[in-house]
Amino acid sequence: MATLTAQQLVMDVPGRPAGRPLDLTIEPGQRWGILGPNGAGKTTLLHTLAGLRSPRAGQVLLDGRALPALSHRRLARQRAVVFQERQDSFPATVMETALIGRHPYLSPWQWEGREDHRRALAALEALGLTPLRDRLVSTLSGGERQRVALATALTQAPSLWLVDEPTNHLDLHHQVAVMALLAEQADRGAAVVMCLHDLNLAARWCDHLLLLYPDGELCFGPAADMLVPSALEALYGQRLAVGQVDGAPVFVPTGGLPANKE
Amino acid sequence: MADAESKRRLILLALLLLALLSLAVAVAVGSVAVSPTQLLAVLGGGGEPLHHDLILTLRGPRAMAAFATGGLLALAGALMQILLRNPLADPYVLGVSGGAAVAALLALLCGAGITLVSGSAFAGALLSTLLVFGLAHGVGGWTPTRLLLTGVVVAAGWGAMVTFMLALSPARQLPGMLYWLMGDLSYAGSPWPAWLVLVPALLLTLPLGGSLNVLARGPLQAAALGVAVRPLQWLLYGLASLLTAMAVTTAGSVGFVGLVVPHMLRLLLGNDQRLILPASVLAGGSLLTLADTVARTALAPEQLPVGVITALLGVPSFLYLLYRSR
Repeated sequence: MATLTAQQLVMDVPGRPAGRPLDLTIEPGQRWGILGPNGAGKTTLLHTLAGLRSPRAGQVLLDGRALPALSHRRLARQRAVVFQERQDSFPATVMETALIGRHPYLSPWQWEGREDHRRALAALEALGLTPLRDRLVSTLSGGERQRVALATALTQAPSLWLVDEPTNHLDLHHQVAVMALLAEQADRGAAVVMCLHDLNLAARWCDHLLLLYPDGELCFGPAADMLVPSALEALYGQRLAVGQVDGAPVFVPTGGLPANKE
Repeated sequence: MADAESKRRLILLALLLLALLSLAVAVAVGSVAVSPTQLLAVLGGGGEPLHHDLILTLRGPRAMAAFATGGLLALAGALMQILLRNPLADPYVLGVSGGAAVAALLALLCGAGITLVSGSAFAGALLSTLLVFGLAHGVGGWTPTRLLLTGVVVAAGWGAMVTFMLALSPARQLPGMLYWLMGDLSYAGSPWPAWLVLVPALLLTLPLGGSLNVLARGPLQAAALGVAVRPLQWLLYGLASLLTAMAVTTAGSVGFVGLVVPHMLRLLLGNDQRLILPASVLAGGSLLTLADTVARTALAPEQLPVGVITALLGVPSFLYLLYRSR
């Protein structure tokens, strides 16, 4: 269980005025989506919440303790980050890459044991990667690599997930599978925060939303309150049509600018 | 995972045997050959006086110096490759050895003692690393081409400065000073300072292997997995410079050991630093010991600088790596 709190948080985006400070609490079991147009600072906000980037002002707390006060290892046992960009300078297999998620649990002299391998294998299975376990990551497609990154985070067994664009490069089937996996993690008590560019995935899978505007303004709340067409049209500068599928709203971009910009 | 563990033990044991074998070959081969039984007799405290002198005062110290230099360079190379996330990084190619050589030579020409020469070499290595990393680190990080180009140009600059200083030195001292340009163990002094740096450095890096594995995946991923990235990067930077400086003060600028050895081991053993780092020390030491034996005996009584042998091995490997990395 982990509760993430932002107190008077102002993220540090070079060359942008401060914007409104953020006071936010993310509870165990919640699924948060961060929405905003390109360049609004979704990734920066995610990295700031993860403690990987210092805020301009304010602080982020995990279970009431400021992130810089926590040891690196302890923090890494609780929160996992899935990045949008990954570098593989050295050849590594899928299994080796998943096992990296056990690093926070190993002492400096320790090698991965039976339990670590079991967890990594289970994570590969959950993401449908078992047949690829001995393949080199550099030979995989973008979508397969994306799933390897998620498997590494799953091996890390975090109670807080911070995921940048979980469905990047994924085909429709794997998009649904990955979102279902994150929802299952939330059902088991993890807090999940994800940056999304797909409004419909957010409407379908998130119970809370944070809308991030390019000028640093933001608003957040339960998904039902945030999925207001006029607010979303203003967010993206795009007129939207709304429908209903399976009880969730579906947004489709239509021609022209939103009403308030005409 | 007991299999994997016994496999690792076996690999290190095999490399340890290789190391001992290379040292034995180095002391046994030469103008006067020493047979295994004679070698054991000398090591046991007996043996013929001629063999005794040959092994304990001539070939032995030189072999130990060669081994330590090889180990230092291979470890420095392996660490730099992780730090830069670039399998082509090597102290010689990136000009770190050159910086150490220039600084050491300057101190020597100013009449400094051995301690000051070593300290000066360390400062030169640090400066050179900082220069190359600083210049090559453009917006958005290190690109391999930029890093290599910067390193090669800086190395050429150091080479010119060494040549300049050699040109100003008295002609009769020249043969003894050329090794700053092209590594040579004929002039190596006591091997023990190099061992005194190598052993603690290896012991220090062994528990860092896991963190280095994560750092090889990029600094952000490493930070997300609980590695204190900045302190670790500074430690690697300082350590790689220190190891290079010690190697240079022992044997001059020996090239390519730091490139070839970790690369071969990664091909054979995978890229787990917990295994690669100790394996690099053992294999790097063995390689340079054997290379020096070849350099000493191939055209006997002429002695080649060992740097010629390592370059003959290293240049094709480097070109192959570069070709493959496209």
